[in-house]
Amino acid sequence: MTLSRLPLAATALLAGSLTLAGCELAPKVSQQNGYRGTGMDQIRIAESEIRDDVPPPPYELPPPGGQTAGEFYENVQVLGNVSVDEFNYLMAALTEWVAPEEGCNYCHNPANMASDEVYTKTVARSMIQMTQAANANWTDHVGNTGVTCWTCHRGNNIPEAHWSLPADVASRSIIGNRSGQNEPTSNTAWSSLPQGAVARYLLGEVEPEDIRVASRTMHPTPANTRTTMGTEPTYALMMHMSDSLGVNCTYCHNSQSFSDWNISTPPRQTAWHGIRMVRNLNGGYITPLQPIFPENRLGPAGDPFKVNCTTCHQGQNLPLGGVPMVQDYPSLQMAPLAWDPAAAVQGDTGMAADDEDGLVESTQ
Amino acid sequence: MALLSFERKYRVRGGTLIGGDLFDFWVGPFYVGFFGVVTAIFATLGTLLIFYAASQGPTWNPWLISIAPPDLSYGLALAPLKEGGFWQVITVCALISFTSWALREVEICRKLGMGYHVPFAFGVAIFAYFSLVVIRPVLLGGWHFGFPYGIFSHLDWVSNTGYQYLHFHYNPAHMLAVSFFFTTTLALALHGSLVLSAVNPAKGETVRTPEYEDTFFRDLIGYSVGTLGIHRLGLLLALNAGFWSAVCIIISGPLWTKGWPEWWTWWLNLPIWS
Repeated sequence: MTLSRLPLAATALLAGSLTLAGCELAPKVSQQNGYRGTGMDQIRIAESEIRDDVPPPPYELPPPGGQTAGEFYENVQVLGNVSVDEFNYLMAALTEWVAPEEGCNYCHNPANMASDEVYTKTVARSMIQMTQAANANWTDHVGNTGVTCWTCHRGNNIPEAHWSLPADVASRSIIGNRSGQNEPTSNTAWSSLPQGAVARYLLGEVEPEDIRVASRTMHPTPANTRTTMGTEPTYALMMHMSDSLGVNCTYCHNSQSFSDWNISTPPRQTAWHGIRMVRNLNGGYITPLQPIFPENRLGPAGDPFKVNCTTCHQGQNLPLGGVPMVQDYPSLQMAPLAWDPAAAVQGDTGMAADDEDGLVESTQ
Repeated sequence: MALLSFERKYRVRGGTLIGGDLFDFWVGPFYVGFFGVVTAIFATLGTLLIFYAASQGPTWNPWLISIAPPDLSYGLALAPLKEGGFWQVITVCALISFTSWALREVEICRKLGMGYHVPFAFGVAIFAYFSLVVIRPVLLGGWHFGFPYGIFSHLDWVSNTGYQYLHFHYNPAHMLAVSFFFTTTLALALHGSLVLSAVNPAKGETVRTPEYEDTFFRDLIGYSVGTLGIHRLGLLLALNAGFWSAVCIIISGPLWTKGWPEWWTWWLNLPIWS
């Protein structure tokens, strides 16, 4: 090689390595999802299918029976029908899942465990109910695998993946106002699509907007006011779902007709129930807690941190790689007792019941 | 058929790559050559196989006929004829006949004593097809990943394969390919309109020379690439369009499995501002 070609070779080498740095070189696995030649395929990095190591139960599950926690302890509101032994077993596990560093005191006053003075205890009640609701009422989505606190929390006080409403942007001028889009975030899988889509469809306490935007007629009519722009939030939500599950559009849909159930794959049904489940969890168990959260537990618009698909899935088609962790915790699979988080919150804080627009009503 | 003036130069012996004088003759205006024979055999065989495979399918509707590649379970092995084997044999026939046709073009170039621009350009088109039905399937470990031979079915394949990366317009090589395709058509439109304006003057006007053509663009944008240069530019744009198309599908799957928008996070994560 002559000396004059050295810079050229160096540039080529640099460009080549920069290009490859943007690539995934790890081994892939693929899966056929439809008739051959239709392109209904999944290609994944092989490592992404590994089942997670989940924390083992604190000790062997105590046999059922004996006195219930409601009879034995004071002020047990949502786990009153669980045996004392299993109640303690669950408390030990739950501490490990949600507050491994802070321990019991994260929710309890150590001098009086029955006291509700620490707000996180009320939050935990609602979260236990939410977990029970997911396992008992949403088997169309969670199947027999179920969920525990660990599915979302993974040892953190607050699950890493959460969302809240964006701050009010109305006061911003035209300059710098991106109209809620063109800012790459994980909620839109880093595209330019509207970021508010997750809030629009998964908020839960309001009548949800119809996700489907397929027109039924060729031209706009008073009965058909769908626009092409109206498809963008739907696309953004779908991008969020794909991204959080580590799958692509053809995992559920055949792009020949996205809306047609006949040519969709079975996982689309699971996802359909999942959307409704997330609305129910946000609207029924998280939003009602808003009054008791301190500032640092609220988003810029003053609403609590909510759940989306990523909160559980975290990039995996089956959360935790499909480990059926809840089987060791039968109390989390029971139907939730009648306990109203909104009423409990207002009782706790002594707030006037001025906001009676039915926050707790779920919007299934 | 009248012999065109330049055909005297064209119809010379020699310049063949293989077969010597054996097929060095013309049938009417068409040069044959060894590669012409090979192309004829494999193009016919492939076409007949397409018709036969279609006859084994559910429809004769020309829009809906589809000859699909095998299931993923066959990997890189041969599949039974009706379960993707037809697709495999037809693919082999197509590749042999396309390549032979390119080599026949090489022989004609040698007879004419001209450069290999035409076979090279066709070679880029063959490379794009080869990428789709050989390079990417081999990298992914299954002939399954080839596209089906059918008018509607190959469009469905393109759509579904694109949606596997959530938003294919974020594929950087696709961006380059699309830009080159559009630039090719823009250049062709500018060139075509310029030539037609020059050689089809209004009544009473005279045909203009290339000097006028150059002047027009020098007036308009300050530069004219020239009468020869525009054809070099056109070739460069068109070949890049085909080349980057091939790259954009080779990298989708073998080198990237997530949504293409996410690929751009390398930019967001640059240490300058992250």
